[in-house]
Amino acid sequence: MATATIDSPDTHAADGHDEHHTSTGISNTKLAMWAFLGSECLLFGGLISTYLLYKTRRGPGPDNTTIPTDIFDIPFTSVSSFVLLMSSLTMVLALSALTRGDNQATRAWLLSTAMLGGVFIGGQVYEFTSFLREGVGFTHNPASSAFFTLTGFHGVHVSLGIVMLMSLFVASKQGKLTPKNTETVEIVGLYWHFVDVVWIFIFTVIYLIPVE
Amino acid sequence: MAITEEPLALTSGEAATVERPLGALTRPKGGNGWRDWLSTVDHKKIGIMYGVAAMFFFVVGGIEALLIRLQLAAPDGQILSAEVYNQVFTMHGVTMVFLFIMPLAAAFANYLIPLQIGARDVAFPRLNALSFWIWISGAVFLNTSWIVGGGGADCGWFCYSPNSGLAFSPSHGVDFYVIGLQIAGVASLISAANLIVTVLNMRAPGMTLFRMPVLTWMLLVTQFLLLFALPVITVALFLLMFDRLFDAQFFNPETGGDPLLWQHLFWIFGHPEVYIIILPSFGIISEIIPTFSRKPIFGYSFMVFSGIAIGFMGWGVWAHHMFVSGIGPFSVAAFSLSTMFIAVPTGVKILNWLATMWGGKLRFTTAMLFAVGTVAMFTIGGLSGVTHSLAPADSQQTDTYYIVAHFHYVIFGGGVLGLMGGLYFWWPKIFGHCLNEFWGKVHFWVILVGFNLTFGPMHVVGLQGMSRRIDTYAAGYGFEFWNLVATIGSFIIALGVLIFFFNVWKSRRDAADLPAPGPDPWDARSLEWMLPSPTPEHNFDTIPVVESEDEWWHRKYGYDENKRVVRIATIEEAAQDGSATGVHLPAPSFWPLVLALGLPLIGYGLIFNLWLAVVGGALTGLAIYSWALEPVDDPDADHGHGHDDHHDDDDDGGDDHAADDSEPVTAGAEGGE
Repeated sequence: MATATIDSPDTHAADGHDEHHTSTGISNTKLAMWAFLGSECLLFGGLISTYLLYKTRRGPGPDNTTIPTDIFDIPFTSVSSFVLLMSSLTMVLALSALTRGDNQATRAWLLSTAMLGGVFIGGQVYEFTSFLREGVGFTHNPASSAFFTLTGFHGVHVSLGIVMLMSLFVASKQGKLTPKNTETVEIVGLYWHFVDVVWIFIFTVIYLIPVE
Repeated sequence: MAITEEPLALTSGEAATVERPLGALTRPKGGNGWRDWLSTVDHKKIGIMYGVAAMFFFVVGGIEALLIRLQLAAPDGQILSAEVYNQVFTMHGVTMVFLFIMPLAAAFANYLIPLQIGARDVAFPRLNALSFWIWISGAVFLNTSWIVGGGGADCGWFCYSPNSGLAFSPSHGVDFYVIGLQIAGVASLISAANLIVTVLNMRAPGMTLFRMPVLTWMLLVTQFLLLFALPVITVALFLLMFDRLFDAQFFNPETGGDPLLWQHLFWIFGHPEVYIIILPSFGIISEIIPTFSRKPIFGYSFMVFSGIAIGFMGWGVWAHHMFVSGIGPFSVAAFSLSTMFIAVPTGVKILNWLATMWGGKLRFTTAMLFAVGTVAMFTIGGLSGVTHSLAPADSQQTDTYYIVAHFHYVIFGGGVLGLMGGLYFWWPKIFGHCLNEFWGKVHFWVILVGFNLTFGPMHVVGLQGMSRRIDTYAAGYGFEFWNLVATIGSFIIALGVLIFFFNVWKSRRDAADLPAPGPDPWDARSLEWMLPSPTPEHNFDTIPVVESEDEWWHRKYGYDENKRVVRIATIEEAAQDGSATGVHLPAPSFWPLVLALGLPLIGYGLIFNLWLAVVGGALTGLAIYSWALEPVDDPDADHGHGHDDHHDDDDDGGDDHAADDSEPVTAGAEGGE
């Protein structure tokens, strides 16, 4: 009976998650991640709109008239942006390594993805503190509040991504991450790539489009 | 017969091969005590809990409404101070929208979606439990502001800035509003993703999208609206929270902040929210009306597509809430036009309901009365809505009782009446006995009369210029009579609600003496009616194979050689008897509850003491990792595969069987050993 109608665990492992029968053919978890990312688009859409509205709103003075675009360091942020984008490459390599069953390489690429993300976060912390030193804090004027909120939300997303990557790393160490879990890594990867793509928009809006 | 008569693929598993996890991470076992309700992941139990909690908050919001009406019954009302009046009308709106109608709709969505698409549970049962517990922790958190926050929020349900800032709203009420709605929003977001995946992925064989019942379709559209609308208000709430708690400068006009930003963000959420409230009710009456007209729904695909059209167009009309906010003539013209257009798909729906009834064999059960009442009352609300698309007229009506009349006709008349009808319709399926029809009809007529007495006169006083949100009015403006009528009407509504509760009690008491309703007391059309009442824990004995729209109806009826409808099977023959045993179901879990308890702690912490937020955050983090590491199943039961995806749920419920595609028998749940 049962064995006649249902896959054995071994077939399961070989099939991986993708092969589960669903009405759409896409696994539940992956579809849920896509839905979540769709929702995230609106979250960042709202935050980016807020920043666009407020990017030149200086306070009435005298000590709150400086806005982030007066003092930011484009080359520095360009480098940290490049680092973040490269982490998408290492994320793909991690997935590819797991698909091949190469656990050593999987862990190496997961760790390097997390570390590149960490470098980006470090750059953001440095940028925030240097802003604070130059007198542009979260509470100074609408432009600075919007800047810190938008980039801060993105930073929190990257940080959560790092937590996920490190969790995968630990799981792999414990031998729980096998080729049948490629989809788990793929889904974390979806999130990670999304966060990167959002940064491309944020970087363009804040650093590349000149303010009058 | 479309059901494949195959034995269920059930195994007892081989416990010896299963690793036993840490004691604390053992999954609880099912039972029937209170622990079972706290740890349940069964979509039906979760649906019932949503319903009970929603009715509780209906009473809370109703008492607030009665206080408002008592204050306004006569000129110069003295019952509430202006300050308390502000809090009461704010909390009335917030409670009714976020803590009554949305969760009551969620109750139907949870209970019915898996049944209507032929599934054993939702896609992520634990996330489903999480949604409920987060929602209720947010709801309780919001209402504790009466006790520990120095009163409720006092900024109106749309909480316009700068009114909502510290300068004008110094108590913690608005903080509770901001954080409470964020918590409730997380719940709705998780639930939306879960139900979308459920509808898209877990349909029974043959249940194509365009064979799904209209209710499932409308609920699907609703979930998409939630998915995309909630993040927008989340942004608005975060900005306001940062302003109030951390001195950010988003809405402070003195430093260049722009109150209009709040209005835009709020209504980009707020207008889709209107359809989030109304579409489930539209879906419910689209099930009730065909059943009691003994006709298929007229223009099924038009019904579905007009629902989808409403879902899309609902995003393009938000600024009609802002015609007097100074958004410029071009914007006003554009949003006027889009508001006129959105009446088209809504009109299509109304015409289709009427055409469904046309020439049908109507049976006016309580459910049908509520459904027809919904169509009638919503039409009135819809027509006054179209008048708002005329910006010059709307400019006169903004902030008057005419608006209050309009949206109560839409939300109460269109939304609540439909949901009430749904309660009467599905009560036997959920609880195994019908509600008393006599008291049901009394309930309906009392509510209908009370409703029209309450909100009808508001059109009049509104056009006479009575402002909403003012705690009292002076004598001599001609407001006295109609306000008194409205107050009387509101108490008649309250009487109607009491009759409903009486009916619930009486029907339960009498149930033992009456014949059981059987699987299908109404001769209905969709799959949930092929199951015994109440629905067995495992839903379907065997997953049905669907061959047409209105599948259940077509299993009972066919056509003879003259194309006349004839019965081809009795209900008992066609229905499942619920006798399957040992169906593998997702195991219960306490972690959703623990996770949800952490969030209000974070909320209190942000307001009163950040250390508390740290404790709440730690609790939440602990719960997330315990959840991820918790075995997919009770180790003594059949064990599936596991993986370490820590941010998502692994117990994919009934779909996860990985059965051979050619084999329609689905045993539900994890692959056997």
